[in-house]
Amino acid sequence: MSKLSRRKVITTGLVATAGASGLAAAAKLAQRYGLIPPDGGGLYGPGETLTYAAQRLLTRHSLAREFNPNQVSKPPFANGVAPLGEAFKRLQEGAFTDWRLTVDGMVARPASFSLGELQSFPGRSQITHLSCEEGWSYIAEWKGVPLSHILNLVGTLPQARFVVYRSIQPGWWDSIDMADALHPQTLVAHGMNGGGLPVAFGGPLRLRVPRQLGYKSVKYITRLTVSDSLKRFGKGLGSAPPEGGYAWYAGI
Amino acid sequence: MADSVWSPISASAMRATRVRSRHSAVVRVTHWITTLSFLALLVSGVEILISHPRFYWGEAGNVLTPPLFKLPIPASRATVPTGYGYVLPDQNGWSRYLHFQSAWVCVLTGLLYVVFALLQGHFRQNLLPARADLSWRGLSTVIAQHLRLRPASEEEAWSYNVLQRLTYLLVIFVLFPLVIWTGLAMSPAIASAFPAAVAVLGGQQSARTIHFVVSVSLVLFVLVHVILVCLTGFRNRMRAMITGRPAQDMERL
Repeated sequence: MSKLSRRKVITTGLVATAGASGLAAAAKLAQRYGLIPPDGGGLYGPGETLTYAAQRLLTRHSLAREFNPNQVSKPPFANGVAPLGEAFKRLQEGAFTDWRLTVDGMVARPASFSLGELQSFPGRSQITHLSCEEGWSYIAEWKGVPLSHILNLVGTLPQARFVVYRSIQPGWWDSIDMADALHPQTLVAHGMNGGGLPVAFGGPLRLRVPRQLGYKSVKYITRLTVSDSLKRFGKGLGSAPPEGGYAWYAGI
Repeated sequence: MADSVWSPISASAMRATRVRSRHSAVVRVTHWITTLSFLALLVSGVEILISHPRFYWGEAGNVLTPPLFKLPIPASRATVPTGYGYVLPDQNGWSRYLHFQSAWVCVLTGLLYVVFALLQGHFRQNLLPARADLSWRGLSTVIAQHLRLRPASEEEAWSYNVLQRLTYLLVIFVLFPLVIWTGLAMSPAIASAFPAAVAVLGGQQSARTIHFVVSVSLVLFVLVHVILVCLTGFRNRMRAMITGRPAQDMERL
């Protein structure tokens, strides 16, 4: 017979009840303040939620480190991409003059911008790290339009919580929350290392999210959709990577 | 009754309660949770590692950069030149989810351990070596005993010798903090909020390299730890870390 005192049983019961109700209250608060990622369910949900919530509470406004021109990796490493389709090749033959970025969803004035228009917008240039989840990285200078500038032009509605972005590559899409979408270093990039953005690095248009791993910086983007929820997109996990087993939030 | 105990108090139970526990409940529970999370971190860490078994020093590094060193193993990515004619299956997705979830478990358990250990005087009583033991004489005696493979005395089963104490302090206060720090330094979001924590290490690729070296040190510690547990009486040591009481004590009663 184990030595179970009444006091121990009562204390354990009280601690367990307090713990369970504390967790329930924390989950409610987290839901309310948008601290639960779209892939926050399932086996690895608790870990992902802790990471995303901690990052949103601690690092919402932090700026990605910017480097000196002499730190730019020469040459940068272009990761392999899936074979580019017919639609891409047709646009490439026309030197991408017909490439367009459509912005729709919860915006006051849905719009579609040509590559030329985007290049004429006030730009920003920054030397940042691109880290791949595999472990390698390179530093490059990126030039582009801050995503916040485009979102201001189309006027996001107050209930907007996420920006979904799609590549011309079938099945490749992702999303970020408004903290990253409105972040000054999140760029719709069209230039790299002083020139245009090479196709191997996502040209003519790539989203650059420097506070997250490389796979969030989707190449060949053609459409942005502002939304209050990610449930209606794909399997409802927020982006294509979680459907293939990778985390939605890649700031780690 | 101040403390109502359901089982009748027999003479032997009186003696059993008089015998102090080898490891406190907090030490035992956190030990096993850490064991599980460490195993998960190790398996997932190896899976992540094989996608790019090359290491660099500085901020950036990739297959076009000369490595500091590389592991002579195949990779799970075709872009890495390994000399092997095949590519291992990609297991990074679940490995990364598991790695970070286990890291949370490990770090929170570690914090719980440190807080309780400080409150209970665990570090002072059980892990801080006595000044006399730290002399060359004290150290060389223990080392000589180890080299002669002399079995541990009975009272040694109740306490740690100076080598054990120094090793545990190194693991708890140097290796674990370092592996957590270098892990966090690889996070792009953490690097943006705490740039100095990355710069001090020499850059994000340096952080990754140190993370690997410290992880290998921790694996070596675990190997030696498990081998010594087996050599000094597996059942007894396991029993002490599960129930709190070594078996020899029960036999003596």
